[in-house]
Amino acid sequence: MFETISNFVAAFLTLCIFSFLYKDNPFYKFAEALLVGVSMGYAIPLLFENVFMPYVYTPIFLDHKFIIIIPALIGSLYIFRFTKNLSWLARYPITFSMGIVGMGIPMSLHSSVLVQMRSAMLPLASINITLIFIGTVTILLYFFFSKAHKGIYGKVTNVGIWFMMIGFGASFGYTVMARISLLIGRIQFLLGDWLGLIK
Amino acid sequence: MKRQIPLMIVVILGSMFVVHTFVPHKISADFFDWFQDWIKAISPFAILLGVISLSMVNGTKIKRKAPNWQYSVVTLIGLAFTAIAGFVWGTQTGTPYMWLFKNVQMPMGATMFSLLAFYIASAAYKAFRARSTEATVLLIAAVIVMLGQVSLGAMISKWIPITSKWILNVPNLAAKRAIMIGVGLGMTATSLKILLGIERTYLGGGK
Repeated sequence: MFETISNFVAAFLTLCIFSFLYKDNPFYKFAEALLVGVSMGYAIPLLFENVFMPYVYTPIFLDHKFIIIIPALIGSLYIFRFTKNLSWLARYPITFSMGIVGMGIPMSLHSSVLVQMRSAMLPLASINITLIFIGTVTILLYFFFSKAHKGIYGKVTNVGIWFMMIGFGASFGYTVMARISLLIGRIQFLLGDWLGLIK
Repeated sequence: MKRQIPLMIVVILGSMFVVHTFVPHKISADFFDWFQDWIKAISPFAILLGVISLSMVNGTKIKRKAPNWQYSVVTLIGLAFTAIAGFVWGTQTGTPYMWLFKNVQMPMGATMFSLLAFYIASAAYKAFRARSTEATVLLIAAVIVMLGQVSLGAMISKWIPITSKWILNVPNLAAKRAIMIGVGLGMTATSLKILLGIERTYLGGGK
């Protein structure tokens, strides 16, 4: 009985969201508003249990690391964002979080640039490796805006556009398949778990 | 001073972490661990911004009886009820909190994303109508990749799964690699701008 009620609630809300395919309507607006509220409400206890308790409460009250009171006080300055005269205090917790950006410079340069470049600079032993190399270089040339895309240079960057279009097409295809997979899941729920029409 | 001191904190901390990456001395490693504890203690308070902001926006709508204010009531009830359920009955399996996740949030979230399947299909139709060579190339690649993922593709031709795999492993890899290099350079440039105090938007407006 309890499972039937649970399935009914889930099915009703699923249909409320699907009703948007017809047009924007009160059922969809209700479900949308509920989703926003429930999602935020879901995050609060999770964050409290997984972040606040182990990193704020336990060190201060159980481990007696009273130094942690200072970052906790800095963190609580976030609420001054909503005041008119003291909103500048909210900059302090943000600046401490932004300090980590120093780590980002060598890390992004290493993982996103150097490693990728090393992987692209292989001996051109096969057609595929050659194509990957040509594709990478022509796309990078396409994003070099200091030179007008005209003449031979324009033709080279055009090759880059073709490579990018194929890449975007592949990403598009994957995204469509992921969404259709979700859609199949919802249809299976409605026809199977809720209505019992399919096993 | 209200802007300069936060800016100096970012510049000093950022520079110290750049040095730490290249000179991982014990002192700097200990400082980094200590700083991470501080960041973890600061971070949970950020949710206050979200909760207060959402409550204020919806509270103002209700107070002013703005159009569709009734849905703001639904949002606030959903927020309060789910949070209270989590604090009162816990977050374990079998609690009202997890019931709300399983039967309210998860189905609606999945359905919301599945709606995109329909809109993506309409976007594909519009792209095809554009009738440019590039748009056609994009669509052909997408169709081959999609057919390559399902058994229907192999039933049509044995070449479809092979071509799909080739698209993913060769031109797609080249595109992703070049974009990744661009993103990496962009991230590095933005981080440097923050570190040198050129980029200050994170400080917000006002004095």
